[in-house]
Amino acid sequence: MASIAEGGTSSAKPAKTKGPLIYRQSIWTRVTHWVWVVCLFFLLFSGLNIFNAHPTLYIGQQSGFPDLQSNGQHLDNAWLDISAVNAADGSAHGQTTILGHSFDTSGVLGMSGDPQNPDFRGFPAWLTVPSYYDLATARVIHFFFAWLLVGTLFIWLLASILNRHILGIPPTLRDWRNLPHDVMAHIRLKFEHGRSYNTLQKIAYSAVFFILFPLIILTGLTMSPGMDSVFPWLPAVFGGRQTARSIHFLVMLALVAFFLIHIIMVFAAGPINEVRQMITGRYRASGDVPFDASKGDKK
Amino acid sequence: MSQGKLLLNRRRLLGLGAAGASTLMLSGCDWFDGGLQQGEGLRSTLEKANDLTYRVQRLLAGQQALAPEYTEADIRQGQRPNGSTDPQGDDYLALKANNFADYKLKITGLVNKELTLSLADLKAMAQQTQITRHDCVEGWSCIAKWTGTRLGPILDQAGIKPEARFCLYRCYDTMDGGLGGQVPYYETSDLIDAHHPQTILAYGMNGGDLPVANGAPVRVRIERALGYKQPKYVHTIELVSSFASEAGGRGGYWEDNGYDWYGGI
Repeated sequence: MASIAEGGTSSAKPAKTKGPLIYRQSIWTRVTHWVWVVCLFFLLFSGLNIFNAHPTLYIGQQSGFPDLQSNGQHLDNAWLDISAVNAADGSAHGQTTILGHSFDTSGVLGMSGDPQNPDFRGFPAWLTVPSYYDLATARVIHFFFAWLLVGTLFIWLLASILNRHILGIPPTLRDWRNLPHDVMAHIRLKFEHGRSYNTLQKIAYSAVFFILFPLIILTGLTMSPGMDSVFPWLPAVFGGRQTARSIHFLVMLALVAFFLIHIIMVFAAGPINEVRQMITGRYRASGDVPFDASKGDKK
Repeated sequence: MSQGKLLLNRRRLLGLGAAGASTLMLSGCDWFDGGLQQGEGLRSTLEKANDLTYRVQRLLAGQQALAPEYTEADIRQGQRPNGSTDPQGDDYLALKANNFADYKLKITGLVNKELTLSLADLKAMAQQTQITRHDCVEGWSCIAKWTGTRLGPILDQAGIKPEARFCLYRCYDTMDGGLGGQVPYYETSDLIDAHHPQTILAYGMNGGDLPVANGAPVRVRIERALGYKQPKYVHTIELVSSFASEAGGRGGYWEDNGYDWYGGI
């Protein structure tokens, strides 16, 4: 097969590497994908509004409060705190404390908005839904989209088992062996557009579907006192309700990181081809992918 | 050369797209924020998810599933007082001055026999102690030991009429009612929660009397729900068929301010 000439000039590449237009994503994969985009958008920003109600994270079952003394000591189990503090000169600052180390985060975390008339809140207005602080409303939004996300994940799981899409997600032994090669290909921004996902894609998607989504759903349920009566093992497994709340937050950060990399990779790998795949399911494969009409390939 | 041109076009396209998207986002935000006010159609639609949560959790938990209980070693601090911590109503202050010796809890509404119970009456009933986790809707939790007597047998004693569907808990403390000034705190629960084996009228906390800051003389513990479903300073439990005509009609002070009625999540 005429493969991409390694030494070929990049300007000559596009015309020569044109492979078949393959049908890569079923309607189930595409529709659920876009529903998740909407769900995760609202879940993230309503979640940050909910977080603002008590912008402190702890390890364990409960939350230690400095003003609640017991035998002259207080439970000190917070590891993250976003608050507004007064400096020695009386001026207000946003302060973020992580594992005992404090950082001035004025303008974004703890204190934000108009410097003349700042908002004292964990995450700033532009990162929350609704933009104003409203725990009740943020909860309404969060739980609606949580149901929608879980429902759509279930539909996706069922469809992906039936149409065998799910088999293409976990990395195989061959993928793992190919890992160094795939890492180098990504570093050089030379992507192979094949019929299946590449190793790093499989690792990323597996992490999201089989680790991050289950974790964020289960830790979300752990925060529900009702669910803890149904599944008392939930708070036990996660090391306490407050630990679950911390994990929920960290998984959120991991999903945001995935989203950013996902978007960067779409641009790096060819945004038109990638977005077409997400909308129509059709994907222009690399030149070394053989044409196969039986798989529905087009020229 | 052609690629450079394409790149320029693509870049311009992206710039236009980003500008358009941000305009759309901003007006979308305004539209969305507006639709979220109480009573608006968008909010009502989104709130249907809370009904689903209530139904599914009731289905899964049934009537008897117990909230996790903890050990003495898990009590690492006091119970954080929240909401009202020192009611200032004349009737409450008079009771407090006499260490609640004149306190009376009334069981009224759709019952066969109205009951009036003093603190001594409640303490003479079967005592139950449980160490449970109090989860505030804001996100924090506190573990404390609660001592009291089960609500279920008291309701049985009063005899609930068949048309009763909810317990309405009336409290001495008042909260900010917006334009209407101060309004009394109240809560409601379904009869499943009222009869739940862990639902107690607590008069003791962490081995002592229930402190005023935590709801003295009596607060209801509904252990499978969030903190706002644990009304403090309770003076009346009324059996009702509906709470639509009470205050904001959503079944509680915080519910009237937009929080979900079930409060189990």
